[in-house]
Amino acid sequence: MSDFLRSYLTVGIFLGVGIALVTTMLGVASLLRPTKPSPQKHIVYESGVDPVGSGWSQSQIRYYIFALLFVMFDVEAVFIFPWATRLEAYGLFGLIEMFIFIFVLFLGLVYAWRKGVLRWV
Amino acid sequence: MSSGVLAVDLAYWQVTILRVLGLLAAVLLPAGTIVYVFLFKMMSFMQSRLGPMEAGPYGSMQLLAEVGKWLQKEDLFPDGADRKVFAWAPIVVVVSTFIMYAVVPFGPDAWFADLPTGIFFALAVSSVSVIGILMAGWASANKYSLMGGLRATGQLIAYELPLVLAVLGVVIQAGTMNMQGIVEAQRNGEIFGFGGIGNPFILTQFVGFALFMIAMQAELTQPPFDMPVAESELVAGYLTEYSGLRFLLFFIGEFATAGAFSAIAAVLFLGGWALPGISFDSNLMNVLGPLVMLGKMMLVVFLVMWFRFTYPRFREDQLQIFAWKFLIPISLVNIAVTAVLKVAF
Repeated sequence: MSDFLRSYLTVGIFLGVGIALVTTMLGVASLLRPTKPSPQKHIVYESGVDPVGSGWSQSQIRYYIFALLFVMFDVEAVFIFPWATRLEAYGLFGLIEMFIFIFVLFLGLVYAWRKGVLRWV
Repeated sequence: MSSGVLAVDLAYWQVTILRVLGLLAAVLLPAGTIVYVFLFKMMSFMQSRLGPMEAGPYGSMQLLAEVGKWLQKEDLFPDGADRKVFAWAPIVVVVSTFIMYAVVPFGPDAWFADLPTGIFFALAVSSVSVIGILMAGWASANKYSLMGGLRATGQLIAYELPLVLAVLGVVIQAGTMNMQGIVEAQRNGEIFGFGGIGNPFILTQFVGFALFMIAMQAELTQPPFDMPVAESELVAGYLTEYSGLRFLLFFIGEFATAGAFSAIAAVLFLGGWALPGISFDSNLMNVLGPLVMLGKMMLVVFLVMWFRFTYPRFREDQLQIFAWKFLIPISLVNIAVTAVLKVAF
């Protein structure tokens, strides 16, 4: 196996170790802790009064819009990272190319800004 | 810890066992140190009180006492909760931290996994904890939890961008995403022809460092960015319905992530395991490196905690506006200026 794949194998082993450690802790806790269920204990907490309606209440749409904006910039980052490592080889050409790319994305942010999406009301 | 450490050749499985032990030390020791030294003691001293004093000398055994206490708490699932998602959420948060540490180098040979895309990988894995938090908020079937989970997600993704864009400045300067490569670039770099102390990127990427620190503070949901768990309005946000060990796991995750982010900040901006201007034999550096890293990590965490104990909390709208209208434009300008300077010189 190549060193490259071995590095990822190590990452996979770390994933396994993490899950094993956490589940072991939970297993130890299940041996030590008491289990005395009563209906009151399982009521959803709502500042001491009986909960009203479902816990999955309606929520603001703005989180969805922020998530969309985030996707825009995160995809941008995916493209900029490889460019950043090779900037010295690309020189001025790469610089101007990337400036156009960042400028177009920046226009997206300006558009959202002008539309009032970034306002948190 | 690669094959050939201290001139001993090891097979892959032997190296892996060493690495797993190293990982456990790297995750748990800084997390414990952060909680005891900073959260218990420094916070107390800054608020003119003593903090824990009973368990062990100066309360140094307090952490063990806390873990013992949490282990004995009943594990409650609220009515109507999505039980599987509820149970797995803290595990997702903690495990993502374990993998984040995989790319952090602690010495010339003392690394876990030398991925070519090191820092990119670490940033990608760090955002997995967002999913864990959203899972916790959703599965609790509680209004406070849902709002806290959504707020946390909104905050984490908003500050993810300045974080990623601040790192880009470093990647442009170093010309590589590999963490070892970034350390080497700082060790052998020079600032406008002066190479006496290398080029710790905190000097040439100071704006990037400031952006990274602010974004890191928000990613760790430390005050002043702790709106997701604002206790005066949302009880405990997405943590409201958790009890016992699962609640503790979120805290372990939080402070282990603080350690992981501070390790990444130390590698990116403070020169990693290398000492500026001094180069030792690589065998000696493998032993000294982890200590140097720990020192730099604690320095970074000290800054985070200092801000935490000093500033009052942001309002939710201020927090989002600060990220979108201030930090992101600045970080784009930072990238542009860095790229121009890199091509010009």
